[in-house]
Parts: sequence; structure tokens; C-alpha cells
Amino acid sequence: MPNEKGSRKIPVEAPKTNGDELRVIGVPRRRVDARAKVTGQTRFADDIFLPRMAHCKLLRSPHPHARIRKIDTSRAAAHPGVYLVLTGKDVPIQYGILPVSQDEQALCVDRVRHVGDPVAAVIAREELTAFEALDLINVDYEILTTISDPEEALATPEPRIHEYGEEGNIHKLVALEFGNVEEGFAEADEIFEDTFFFQGNTHLPIEQHAAVAIKDPDGKLTIWSSTQTPHYLHRALAKVLEMPAAHIRVIATPNGGGFGGKSDPFNHEIVVAKAALLLDRPVKICLTREEVFYCHRGRHPVLMKFKTGVKKDGAITGMHLQTLIDGGAYGSYGVASTFYAGALQTTTYHIPRYRYQGCRTFTNKPPCGPKRGHGTPQPRFGQEVQLDKIAEKLKIDPADLRLRIVESSNAVTANFFRLGTVNLAECIRRIVKVSDWKEKFRKLPEGRGVGLACSAYLTGAGLPIYWNKMPHSGVQLKFDRSGGISIFCGATEIGQGSDDVLAGIVAEVLGIDTFDIRLFTGDTDLGPVDLGSYSSRVTLMAGNAAFEAAERGKAIIADAVAEKLEIPKERLRFADKRVFDSAAPEKGLTFQEAVCLAEARFGTIGTVGSYTPPKSPALYKGGGVGPSPTYSYSATVVEVEVNPITGWITVPKIWIAHDIGRALNPTLVRGQIEGSVYMGLGEALMEEQEFRRLPKKLSHALVHKFPSILEYKSPTSLDMPEVITELIEEPDPHGPFGAKEVGQGPLLPIMPAVANAVYDAVGVRIDEIPVTPEKIMKALAEKKAGRDPRFGPSHFPHVNWPEALRVPPPWEGGDGNAVNDVPRRQKPRQEKEKVLAP
Amino acid sequence: MMRLPLFEFRAPRTLEEAARILDGEMANAMPLAGGTDLLPNMKRRQQVPRTLMSLRHIPSLSEIELSDGGLRLGACLTLSDIAGDPRFRNGFTALAQAASLVATPQIRNMATLGGNICLDTRCNYYDQSYEWRKSINFCLKKDGTTCWVAPGSSRCVAVSSTDTGPALMALGARVRLVSRSREREVALADLYNNDGIDYIKRRPDEILAEVLLDSLHGWKSTYWKLRRRGSFDFPVLSVAAAARLSRDNVVEDARIVVGAAACRPLPAADAAKSLLGRLLNQEAIAEAAALAARIAKPLDNTDFDMTWRKRVTAEFVTYALRELRGDDVRAERESFTRYAFE
Amino acid sequence: MTTLPIESQKSAQIRFTLNGEETDVSFAPYKTLLEVLREDLGHTGTKHGCELGECGACAVLLDSQPVLSCLVLALECGGRQVLTVEGLGEYGNLHPLQDAFADLGAAQCGYCTPAILVTAKALLDLNPHPSRDQIREAISGNLCRCTGYLQIFEAVEAAMLKIADQRKSVTQMPG
Repeated sequence: MPNEKGSRKIPVEAPKTNGDELRVIGVPRRRVDARAKVTGQTRFADDIFLPRMAHCKLLRSPHPHARIRKIDTSRAAAHPGVYLVLTGKDVPIQYGILPVSQDEQALCVDRVRHVGDPVAAVIAREELTAFEALDLINVDYEILTTISDPEEALATPEPRIHEYGEEGNIHKLVALEFGNVEEGFAEADEIFEDTFFFQGNTHLPIEQHAAVAIKDPDGKLTIWSSTQTPHYLHRALAKVLEMPAAHIRVIATPNGGGFGGKSDPFNHEIVVAKAALLLDRPVKICLTREEVFYCHRGRHPVLMKFKTGVKKDGAITGMHLQTLIDGGAYGSYGVASTFYAGALQTTTYHIPRYRYQGCRTFTNKPPCGPKRGHGTPQPRFGQEVQLDKIAEKLKIDPADLRLRIVESSNAVTANFFRLGTVNLAECIRRIVKVSDWKEKFRKLPEGRGVGLACSAYLTGAGLPIYWNKMPHSGVQLKFDRSGGISIFCGATEIGQGSDDVLAGIVAEVLGIDTFDIRLFTGDTDLGPVDLGSYSSRVTLMAGNAAFEAAERGKAIIADAVAEKLEIPKERLRFADKRVFDSAAPEKGLTFQEAVCLAEARFGTIGTVGSYTPPKSPALYKGGGVGPSPTYSYSATVVEVEVNPITGWITVPKIWIAHDIGRALNPTLVRGQIEGSVYMGLGEALMEEQEFRRLPKKLSHALVHKFPSILEYKSPTSLDMPEVITELIEEPDPHGPFGAKEVGQGPLLPIMPAVANAVYDAVGVRIDEIPVTPEKIMKALAEKKAGRDPRFGPSHFPHVNWPEALRVPPPWEGGDGNAVNDVPRRQKPRQEKEKVLAP
Repeated sequence: MMRLPLFEFRAPRTLEEAARILDGEMANAMPLAGGTDLLPNMKRRQQVPRTLMSLRHIPSLSEIELSDGGLRLGACLTLSDIAGDPRFRNGFTALAQAASLVATPQIRNMATLGGNICLDTRCNYYDQSYEWRKSINFCLKKDGTTCWVAPGSSRCVAVSSTDTGPALMALGARVRLVSRSREREVALADLYNNDGIDYIKRRPDEILAEVLLDSLHGWKSTYWKLRRRGSFDFPVLSVAAAARLSRDNVVEDARIVVGAAACRPLPAADAAKSLLGRLLNQEAIAEAAALAARIAKPLDNTDFDMTWRKRVTAEFVTYALRELRGDDVRAERESFTRYAFE
Repeated sequence: MTTLPIESQKSAQIRFTLNGEETDVSFAPYKTLLEVLREDLGHTGTKHGCELGECGACAVLLDSQPVLSCLVLALECGGRQVLTVEGLGEYGNLHPLQDAFADLGAAQCGYCTPAILVTAKALLDLNPHPSRDQIREAISGNLCRCTGYLQIFEAVEAAMLKIADQRKSVTQMPG
């Protein structure tokens, strides 16, 4: 590949396994859906046009918090070209992604909770007509107190934004203690206390959310939607529409970017489904960019306080983390996010004693949810910047400090997460080498600096969103007499390459070409359930399921061929579209012949594979968030240039090493790493989901400051630095062909590395994300005045934390249960949700 | 998807025909050149003209005439035409740089010089959709009674966001306005008004047809734009500077204009005056920069913190003046533009 | 907010050249070129991310120049030439840019891809050997949230070399 400046060339030589060379896995290749994408033929949701299709627009609340007294839709309904007007009473049943926070309604019935909360829907012949009719709907609102941020939420228990939660406007409180943290602090040589703030940001996929629903010719409901989680949408539709799930088909169209922003069931999806059923004609909705900001479900703004005790040599003796999380107006994934904010600190460096307290409040803003990294980038920022401060105080190089304290492969953390392969040390060593860290750190001229940071991320959430004992991913394979294979799987292609992963694995096992494979993914009618494209689960979970299904099919074919060739089955090899005797390669059949032979011998061939993650040792309440079959690791060095007068910051170069297990398709892997780095850089420098509270005396308004893709800043091609990628490949036994995740991990260390680099460049600490010229300039002024050369929060408000669940860590004899609560295994499990059945 | 409202469409073939249409329609019609500002505003219902009058079909509006006497530019020349014309250097460099820094390559292929000169003033509270503005009960500039940037203000403070405006002012440009009843030539500096609503003294029945520049032989000029990213963004601060220097770098004549710091591009007259007859050394530059910074009044209606924008103004002006002196400031320029201007 | 009575929604008509073919189309006059391409001509390859000219996803070539179709009135396209992603290939083959994007990972979700392809094609048509910086600048009006742009730059460079090779072999053919 031509390569002037840019990423280091990914090695083309395919790694070996079992003595056989891999022919597909590990080889850079064109992804299976590339041709469709570069010819513009990929059918995204808004590309669907059906006869008699009507268009839907939503009327959204102009108020941040209000009671709905009355809605008069008569004028809108009478407007020429309008087919239907819906309000909350037409679809009142509550839903939500998590069973514990089913707090949403497709159209608000009694209350609106943020500007942008939908209250009515107009379905008309033309989209412009529907838009104009929105203005004809009269809504009589009673304004309620606006609650803008968590501190205000803590201070304002009434009015409650929701009638559930801990109390007042506190949605969720978490308090977990693994070992006696005070003892840890007593043992420490130094204690560090730091407060950090990570501003909220959003996914900004280029494709706006869109959905088309129809009543099928046979009377069932079908909906195409740009969703990452067709299965969860499926369940929500069944619940809200009060229909059997078996009569609903959800097809996840390829997403034009998701990043976690399309993982909730949404108002607009339910509305078009309802409208299509009522009208018996196709109904489409495509959100405007502003509406996407109101869907949000992006990164929670988090205030963090880290108290960490260390020995002189850098070993951590104890860590206490408190978080105050701004949840926005609804639950979404927020309970999980609250746990995630305290989960992964222990997966990178050994922490023998750990206390986590997390508080999520409701506020009158679009709801926050999962964005790439889901709740873990914020505390990772705090942890890595604090480590930098620790290294400085202890006079140890930040890379060396981390090398001393990295966790080990297969360890079980204080909070009972079982790690898989851990090659963080190798990532650090590699990044130090390729970036010339030792020659640069604290050695570059004023205004230039380097910063280092590390991170870890799950390869798939160990537990499903709703409790059940079924597999997390299933794959069905059809073996056709043509020699072609069809893969059926619920996995959703959101750009990350899940289709290519499935095809690559099956092609490798069966010795065929990915072009011989057809994929049917993201369709609840066609494929077995895959829980969705979130938490980096698809490669490992759907991949393992695909592997199993392919191996089963291979075994059936091998039986038939072995019998025919009269050789032991173990001698057979599947490669180059043939099935042959490895001892006498010319003796064999084409793959197609082999399939026909097997079908003649055994009947129609179809196989299934499924995957369920191993049981986690984290048995305590809350231990369901954080476990994963294995974790990826990343280390980065970021170089920055900072103008000491203006604070202007530019980033010329980034090095990143990622412990990936195995790169299934190096071309795609590189894309995920560079894309993660790009998005991390955006968050580090410029992405901010900011709100304006107008002066209270004049207005109750709380609006998104700039819900546009112009003013919400994301880096352009001119803003992207050079990125050097290093892959660390030690195959992890949990992943298909040893693969771990790559779609989220490489994003996490970028933000703290930028902040650490700024300190190296001009000697000021920006303990906040984003790191902006304004903050740098303010910190430089502080430095000049002889005060603490820092910009960031200094105050963490008082929270009435509940008594912590005490879980003794493994090395204190703990078994994963809390000692001050009834252990799970003795308590009969309560079914929170009934299984979907009529 | 956001859609345009309904409109009537006219496509006159001559300037006279266009002027007649505007005379008939007055405020109900708006001229449409590139549409890159007007169409988004229409989709957000900030501007809803009953009639759109395309200027695309009037050939005389896209002519260039470069002679020893100066430069005449048709107002419908695209920003790409201007940015890419190799003749616009030396004295005219500021214009080419300004044009090349607007928005993105695709927008520059559509947007026109006239459109950018007349660019609507901008504000975080105004450049929003109809629904958003409804939720703040609108604002002084459009359909409301309160300026949310400065609630005590009776004046709209939306910010001038044109790039070519400051550059052309620094080059001493004049514009020719044509209406049915008359034609007039006005110094561009006199066309702008420091009010967020009435920011340009072009009557609704007038068409800005041409930009006129006298010869800038012996002059050097430059345009600097500050914004968050390397493309898309409007200026949060800009500086246009032009000077005629003697062989030993003594300033014989100079003009400095500060953009995006008020409702109009601000001529920094005191700053320019302070340079006359002086050697363009560090001391002179610093003094002029401080004087220019004094007139900048950034408010909380754009990207970036207003205090920061105010604080960096002087430094920004020094880059421009150092460039006129002949310093190699490519590194500084590229740290902002992320791209080399050739 | 003013609305006009529905009777004044006439239908407009233009004749223009779409991907090399003369095309007649009727449409509601308020529509942009983007909307007419997607809704009235079935050419859904051109995408939209904002409809306000702030993301670049709707870029097409109008008289060989990259423009944003969401800000072009369809009414203004009579007699002009429009090229979209659907028209990039030739004689049943993909354009070298399309092959390069497919091979080198320049398309992940694929949503920004059509706009970048036509923009890159215009660049290479005008400047057959752009530098990396020139490529960067040419697509600076196209946002991508997936790739981080680097594989896109490399794909354009690979296409550039392929096109140069093709030209060489054409000129070297015995005549």
C-alpha cells in the first residue's frame, strides 16, 4: 500500500495456527460489503421508498420540564394532505432499554422532560405537509421547575422528573467496596486526591436516525430501522404495541454510523410502527440533525473524585472513586453507565482495595446513554491523568510506573472481573519504542510535549440487557448445493465490519472465499438472536457462534468425504475451495462436490452455532456490569504543540498500540483503530454537548446550545494527525481465532494522553475534557501568577451515599458475594420480565 | 429531513430585469446567488421570502476585469473562482486568502463574492431551527423581543461573519449597487453598519452587482482567520491588513480591519494610523496590535469563549503585521488553517 | 411561519444530463437537487446528514464541480450535467477510486463514501497527481465519523497511481 506518512503497514504475512496457514483470517482484504458501499447501493433506512408511503414528523416539546394539560390536534388532522395525528394516549405503554428503567413513552402523555421530548406525530402525504401541520397542534403546557445539572438535581428533590429512582431526582446510587480502602490509604507512602470533569458529548453519526414501517401483505408488522439493536427494539415494539413478537419483524438496515447512539428503542420507531398498522400503508420517518441531538443517548457528563494511595515504587495500595453523573431526562442505559463508571479501573493496573460510589441524577436534558466506551472513558481520563501526576511526584517515568503495576493475564480483579490475555505491558513497551518516548518526555522545547496513557475495554458485555439464560448470539448456516453458504445471524452491521467478520470466519473454517458467502444479518425473522452491536461483542460472540456452526458443518461434510475417499477424517483439509487428503492433496473433491456428497448422504445440511459468555465470578449486586469474556488493552503516546501565549493546541502525531489478540481483517482493524483515535481526539479537543440555561428571571428555557453538525465540532480531514498503529497479537483463547475487540478500546486513552501531553508542553494541568485553548490560557495565567497551574473542578458536592455493599476481594478470601447482603445464590431469582410469548 | 418552504421562482436574464422584479416585490423577494447562506436560513425558517430571484443567469455579474487601473469583480463570481485565480496576489492576496478560507471546497464552488459580502450576521440564538427558536421564545433579530446574548440590550448584537468583507475593506474596495431607479457606488466600509439586524445598507430593491478595487501596486495584504477547525467554521476572529512599505520597511500607508468582533467588520483606524511613517518593527507591531485589539468586542454568540477571543486578538494581529513585514509566518498560519496557502 | 395554499404547489420540470444520460424529471418546485435525485429519480446513492450544507454527505458533481446538492435548487439544474456515485463506473467496471476505497478500507459504514468519491474524482480529473495535503484539502468539506480519514487519503493515492498506470498503458498501446 502506498504510504508516505500515515500508519505503519500492517503485516501481510498471515499468522499460523495448528501448523496450518490461515488463508483468510489475518489477511488484509476487501470487506464483503465494500462494493455495495462504494457504488452507493447499500440500502440505508432512508433509501427505502415504497408505494403509497406516507411521511411522519414529530412535534417536540419546546419546554424543558412541563405538564401536558391538553392537546388539541383537530386543526392538524383537518389539514389537507394529513392522514393521521397521534398523541401519547395512542401509544401510552412505557418502555425502555433496561428492565429497571422502563420510563419512556413513544409520545409523552402527562409530562415532557426535555426540550425535544416528542408529544405528537403527524403522518401526511408529503414530509413538508407534515412539518407544516405540526404548527397547527395546540399543546397547553403547565411549566415546571427546570433542573439543569446534577448539583441542581441534588438540591431540588421536587418536582421529581420521574416517580421512580432512589429519591428526589437521584436516579441511581451505587456504593461498592472491595477490601478496606482506609487500610489501603494507611499503608500508602503518598495519597493523591484529584477532581476531574468530563463534559458530555454525542455520537454524531453522519446518517440521521430513520425508520420505515409497513403492515405486510399478510398483515404482520415489518419495520426497517437504522438501529444497532434490532432484538431489543423487537421486544420494545411487542410490549408497546401489545402484539406478539412473532408477528413483528425488525430489520436493522446497515447503520450509517452508530457508536451507541442507535442502541435504544426510540420514539420515532414505535410511532411509525403504530401509524403503519393504523393506516395500512408504509410510514417513513427520517430525523433532522437537530432531532438526532434530542435522541442523544450520548456520553454522560461526569464529575469525578479520585483518591489513590501509592507506595514509593508506584504500587497502588487503594483507590476510592466518586462520580456524579448527569443522566438527562430518562434512564436509557444509565444504570449500567453508572456501574460502568466504576468498573474498569481495576482491569489495567493492580488495585488491591477499591471503593466506588456513583450517583446518577435526572436532569431536564436529552437522555444520556452509551457512547463508544460506555461510561468508562470518563474515569479512565481521571485515572490516567492522576497516574501522570503520581509519576511526577514519585519521580518515575509514566511508562515505567505503569509497567510496574500492570495486571496479569487471567487475573481476577478486586471487583471480580476475570481477565483474559493481558498484554498491556507489551503495548507500553512497544509504544515507548516507536514514539521515541524516552527521548521526548520532558525533553522537548517549550510548547511541544508528549503524553502517555493506557486503557482497557470489554470484548462484549458478559450479561444481557434483560436477564435470561439463552445464548447471546446465534448463527445458522445453510450449505447449498451450489457450494455457496448463507449465514443467518441477528448481528448488525454499523460500519464496524461485523458482516465481514462472520464471512471471514466461516470462509476460513470451510476453506472457501468470502465471495462465496451470502449474509442475512440484522433481521429478526431470518436470523437467530444476536443481542446487538454494542459493548464490542459481535466479533467475539457472533464470531464464536459462526465458528461453531461452521465447524459443525465441516464435520458433517468431512464424514461424507472421508467415507468416500476411505481415509480417516482427521487427514482431511478444507482449503482453496477443496476438501482433500492432506497426505495426498490431489485426492479430493471441490467444496461444492463435497457439499452435494454430504447432502446425498445425510440430507439437507444446515447447522447452528451459539455463544454464551462464561459465568462471571462477580456475584454481588451490580457485578453484572463489567464482566466480559476478555478485555482488550491499548497504550498511546500523543504529541501536541501548544502556543504558550494563546493556548492554541494542535496535535501533529499519535502512536497507538492495541492488544487485539488477533486481527481478523487487518484492513478493517486499522480502520477501527484510526477511527477510534479520531473520535477520541474529537472528544479531547472539541466535542461538547453543551446546554444553555437562559437567565432564570427571564425564562425557564434550557436548550441545547447548538444542535447542528456545524456547531457541534468534529474533526475534519484537515484536523486529523498522523497515526502510527502497532498491533500486539497474542491470540486470546476466548475469541474466534484469538480475536479481541478493537472498536472501542483505542478511543479511551487518547483523551488523557492529550491532557498529559499539554502538561509536558507548557506545564499546566487541564483536568477537564475537552482540553481547549481557553482552558489552557486560563491555566497559564494561573501559572504565571504563581498559583496552582491547573484548570479544572475543585469541588465535589456532598452526596448522601448509601451504605456500601462490601465484597471482599479474591485475595481476602472473597467468593464474589457481598458479605452484608443476601448472597445471590441463596435468593430465588425474581423474573423481572416475562419471556416473550403470547 | 429539513425541507425548504414553498416559494415562487424567477430567473431574470439581465440586471435590468432583475432590478425591475425587486422593485415590484420589494421585501417579498430575495436575490439568490450561491444559496449557501439563504437556503439553510430558509430551511430553518429564519428567512422565508415569497419569491426567490436567481442571479445565475445574468452573465455580466460574473465578469472579471483586471487592468492597471484596478480590478472589477462581478458579484456572482464564486469564491473558488477568486481563490483559485493566480492573478490575485501581492496587493490582492488578502482577497484570495479570505475567499479560500470560507467554509469548504464544495461551498466555495457555489458561494459568491456578493453573497459573502452580504452574509447575514450570525448568533447562537438565531442560526437555529424554527422549533429551537420557539423554545427560547425567539430573539430580537427574528420574531422576538429579547436579545439573549445581552438581555439588557435594545440592539441586536449578532456578529459579522463575512471573510471577504474585512479583506475587501482592507483593500479599500467599493461596491456598485443597482436598483430600478438608480445606481450607486459606495465604499464597502460605508456599506456596513454596526447593528446585528441592520448590518448592511443595501435596500431590499438593490442588487450588489460589482466590487471595485483600485490598483494596489506596491501594496502587500494578508487575511487571517481564527476558527476551531480547518474548514466549515465561520470566523470567531479575523484580521485583514494591507500596507504599502518603502524599501526599508517604513509604512507609507496601511489599513487594518478586524472581523467577527462586532456586527460589522471594524476598521482599526487608530491602529493603522499608529504605523504611518514608522518602521514596521516589533515595537510598532505590538502597539498597533494593542490598538486594534481594543476595538474588538466579541460577545457570547459564537464558538469559543468571548474572553479568550478578546485576549488573543492582539497576538493574532501581530501575525498579520509580521507577515506584511516579510517574516516567514507559515508555521503560525498553518497551525490555524491546517493547510498551506500558495 | 407562512405557508402557501396547496394549490400553488405546481409541478416543475427540467431536462438535464444525469450521469451522462439526458433525463427529464417532474418534481415539486421547492425541492433541492438532493431531494429530486433521491425521491423523484430513484438515485439514492447520494446521502444527506444535515440538509444545511454542514457535513458534505450530499456532494455531487454539477458541471464537473463538487457542490452540495442539498443547497442546489433542482430548478437551477436545467441543461446542466450532474454526476453522482451511480455514474462513476464505466463500461461495467468500477472507477479506480471505487476499487481503491473498497480494497483499502476507506469505506466503513459507507454513508459519507459517495460524496467523497465524487469529490475525489473531481480532484483527480483536475489534478492527476495531488499531494497528500491537496487530497486532505479537497475533502475537507466531507465529514467522516468512522475512518479518521487516513485510509481515505491512501485510497485516493492508490487510485491516482492506478489511473496514471492506465493512462500509460493506453498511450503505450501499439496504434
